[in-house]
Amino acid sequence: MVLKRLKHFIKSFTLWELLKGLRLTGRVLFDKKSTIQFPDETTPQSARFRGVHALRRYENGEERCIACKLCEAVCPALAITIDSDQREDGSRRTTRYDIDLFKCIYCGMCEESCPVDAIVETGIANYHFEERGENIMTKEKLLAIGDRYEKQIAADRKQDAPYR
Amino acid sequence: MITEQLFTLAWILVKILAILLPLVVVIAYTTFFERKVIGYMQVRIGPNRVGPRGFLQPWADVFKLLLKEIIVPSASNRFLFLLAPILALAPALAAWAVIPFDQQLVLANVNAGLLFLLAMTSLGVYGIVIAGWASNSKYAFLGALRSSAQIISYEIAMGIALIGVLMAAGSLNLTEIVMAQSGNLLSWYWLPLFPLFVVYWIAGVAETNRLPFDLAEGESEIVAGFHVEYAGGAFALFFLAEYANMILISVLTALLFFGGWLSPFQGIPVLEEAFAWVPGIAWLLLKSACFMFMYLWLRATFPRYRYDQVMRLGWKVFIPLTTFWIILVAVAVRLGVGPWF
Repeated sequence: MVLKRLKHFIKSFTLWELLKGLRLTGRVLFDKKSTIQFPDETTPQSARFRGVHALRRYENGEERCIACKLCEAVCPALAITIDSDQREDGSRRTTRYDIDLFKCIYCGMCEESCPVDAIVETGIANYHFEERGENIMTKEKLLAIGDRYEKQIAADRKQDAPYR
Repeated sequence: MITEQLFTLAWILVKILAILLPLVVVIAYTTFFERKVIGYMQVRIGPNRVGPRGFLQPWADVFKLLLKEIIVPSASNRFLFLLAPILALAPALAAWAVIPFDQQLVLANVNAGLLFLLAMTSLGVYGIVIAGWASNSKYAFLGALRSSAQIISYEIAMGIALIGVLMAAGSLNLTEIVMAQSGNLLSWYWLPLFPLFVVYWIAGVAETNRLPFDLAEGESEIVAGFHVEYAGGAFALFFLAEYANMILISVLTALLFFGGWLSPFQGIPVLEEAFAWVPGIAWLLLKSACFMFMYLWLRATFPRYRYDQVMRLGWKVFIPLTTFWIILVAVAVRLGVGPWF
């Protein structure tokens, strides 16, 4: 008991534990830093990453979406709004396809439910809105993203195909 | 006669500027250095975007702060609210008047230099207390209360630690205190007064309200303590005062316990001649830089003390410890022990 108290006394007066702490941070000072310098470097990203949405087209330029509204039905956040009508050639198409990105929870169920692989979530993680209303992704905007990143989207789908 | 006086006045102003301008630059880069060191200790790399390797970061911070609006809360006492940052900064800068950078290099070679320093470092607390009171905000008020209690308790331990130094040196004049330490590395006061040095250093950290004793600021408990209502230039003044005080305490520790501008190679046959070309001020700055680094190292390592722990440490550990060592020093001085006394 006395010995224990003496030990504690000596330990606290030599600042033993504080010096141990200082030694640790002193050593970390010289460690290799794990910072990733973001705009120049990025972290590795999975092919399954669910970022901003896109509507895809077939290779002949025809849009894939047939307005079946499965995605609208499955969406747990009610973020998708679809209106449909008959096109001149008699096929069923959307006249309106809106996704509210503020409501969207990026669960990927729209993509899972789509029978024609039209709506997809791309690997794009860095995007922003500058004005009110920009959070509503319209059909035109979604198709534009799809056109622009088709290569990447197709590559990601291909890589993940064996596990689906 | 008048022209002569004017000339003297101008000359003093030039000398003041020669101290303060480099000091402000050093403060600016201390903030940068601090962010870098703490970053490195947390396995990050710290700011590196503004200018080459981030070297213009402090200037970006300075201009950002100065361009911001100074918001005066409507419930505050306007006069005291704006006076407080000045009251905090003025003593922090005034204390530099008596710091000797070399044997001849001192603005005011006052005989009671150490006393003047103690007075100035204590006056800084008025800025904090007034800021906390004038803000009329509960967090600021709590911060001010804590700060005053803390500074009062640590002042005593700090003062007693300094009594040891002045007993050993037999003088209150800072130049003479440093000269009394000349000889070699072992004749500096850190060796015979080691406990006093440790107490002085810890009390110094507590006096400047730095981590792990930053109760007055206490970011996680009372938001920012006494300066929670301050913005822009007024906040920048508090910031300046804090860092000026930190650098002052570092320089003081180097002066009082580590031989100031004396070369560490003094008394070693070959090395002393080899390093004779280094000016004394370089040694002083180098030693102070080590203590500045210590400040940052402590900040990166320790969590904040609880309020009652700070009080216990001050009153029940430091004051008895320093008093005990003072008695030992008194006996040693009487007996004329070693090369020190």
